[in-house]
Amino acid sequence: MTNLWRRHRWWLTPTLLIMPAAILFAVVILASSVESLWISLHEWDGFGPMRWIGFDNYRELFNDPQFYVSLKNNVIWLVMFMLAPPLGLAIALLVNQKIRGMRFLKSLFFIPLVLASVAVGVVFSWVYTPQFGLLAIIFRFFGATAPAVLSDEHFVTFAVVTAALWPQTAFCMVLYLAGLNNLSEDLIGAGRVDGAKGWNMLRHIVLPQLTQVTFIAIAVTVVGALRSFDIISVMTSGGPFGSSSVLAYQMFEQSIFSYRFGYGAAIASILFVIMAVFIVWYLTRIIRAEERGA
Amino acid sequence: MYPRPIPESAVWQRRLYVALVIGILIIWLGPLFAVILTSFRSMQDVMGGNLWGWPTQFGLIENYTAVFTQTPMAQYFLNSLIITIPSVIGVLILSTLAGYVLSRYRFPGNMLVFALFVGGNFLPHQIMMIPVRDLMVRLNLYDTTMALIIFHVAFQTGFATLFMRNFIAALPDELFQAARAEGATPFQTLVHVVIPLVRPALAALAILLFTFIWNDYFWAVVLTISDSVKPVTAGLANLRGEWVSAWNLISAGTIVVAVPPVIMFFLMQKHFIAGLTMGAVKG
Repeated sequence: MTNLWRRHRWWLTPTLLIMPAAILFAVVILASSVESLWISLHEWDGFGPMRWIGFDNYRELFNDPQFYVSLKNNVIWLVMFMLAPPLGLAIALLVNQKIRGMRFLKSLFFIPLVLASVAVGVVFSWVYTPQFGLLAIIFRFFGATAPAVLSDEHFVTFAVVTAALWPQTAFCMVLYLAGLNNLSEDLIGAGRVDGAKGWNMLRHIVLPQLTQVTFIAIAVTVVGALRSFDIISVMTSGGPFGSSSVLAYQMFEQSIFSYRFGYGAAIASILFVIMAVFIVWYLTRIIRAEERGA
Repeated sequence: MYPRPIPESAVWQRRLYVALVIGILIIWLGPLFAVILTSFRSMQDVMGGNLWGWPTQFGLIENYTAVFTQTPMAQYFLNSLIITIPSVIGVLILSTLAGYVLSRYRFPGNMLVFALFVGGNFLPHQIMMIPVRDLMVRLNLYDTTMALIIFHVAFQTGFATLFMRNFIAALPDELFQAARAEGATPFQTLVHVVIPLVRPALAALAILLFTFIWNDYFWAVVLTISDSVKPVTAGLANLRGEWVSAWNLISAGTIVVAVPPVIMFFLMQKHFIAGLTMGAVKG
């Protein structure tokens, strides 16, 4: 037995070491994801037997007005979230100075990033509270009355995305600060000699060096936008009347509150396909960059 | 450096600049200040509509005492610790093992396994929600802290393995050749060469994982229903439903939820930033 172990140790040890992680990840994460695609072809209440219905869930979904509202909101999230990288860059540029105390100020700017998104949701619900919230105070200062943004179907998604932009901007800022630390002093110096300043310097000399960071910042922002769930759940529960729902929230609602697990799985599958398009784009960019580097 | 540093000699300019940054910071953190200030207010003031004027009396101690005594917040807080700490430890162990193998052993399918770990991280959580919930029901773990621990360990292992693999791959090859020349077994190499060298990576990873898991809300509401197992995030959402306009108490509860990750962040800021920028491939 010991002999057998000795002879095969060179491959047995690594296999045994990777197994716990691989099995757990394969069973809980990967197999579950595939199983959802399968469940989406069934009618299921989560307890009884599943009934095969083919693509009926998808047919129903494409005729469901709420689906298009959620999809539209997902697009609004994506578009508005694209503000996070430039805003993050702006704050990063602002605090990238070596002055006493700046390090501490910098770390205070990071705080929204470590707050739980539930906490961010509550904080902004308070900001938006009619009459008493921060927004109402600001409007009153200018002699106007703030609308009740969270109960107005036209404003609600924008209000929720604004809240979500807060931590996302902080995230992009962290990434850009790391990028600014790695700028080539030579190129900047050469630019200064050539008289490049301010905006020109930023556009032609600094930004090209930050391409990689920008790519990562956009990637995490897209994923963040498509993953939005917590803040919506806490601030509006998708309301009023589903007007601030997104696919992730609609899926949760259909499954957990209405016990329509097949239908929920179908919504999740659509979200998965949207994300997959993005993942493929992301991976090809990375692979191409590696090939260019090699 | 860009932007051009303000010269040391321009003292006034530097002071003005700091003042400007502080001004912007106050606006940036304004919403948070509003919540902190509200958590100091007494119930009378909140109910009487005095939310911004000078408080007639302070409710700081009352509010935080109320959060811990009149609500299950203390229980939620304990649950969060019971869920988060074992999860972090579990992920650190599994990802160190897997990262070591993926970075130091060539075998067919190595890249595929690695790609699956990375790709799995980008998946929307909803795509695995129904089967994971069902799995926990069948294992009789639904509505237990164990269900959340298992899920968090499984999910975060993907990202953490990527992180550890890249870190271990960057260690000098000579170390491993020397270990092999000395006749060290793969396991001895792991214990005596790899683990002592990856401590900084483990620290960075631990603080990131702590924040991710502590802040999780989606899985908390999917996998738990009882107050005796719910973490603080789901608990806070509950409190909001119960105490509709008692903003002083809701604010205090929010601060309680927010404080642990913020403290962790300030204690280990360097590690946190290093981890985040190194592992930014995650979402």
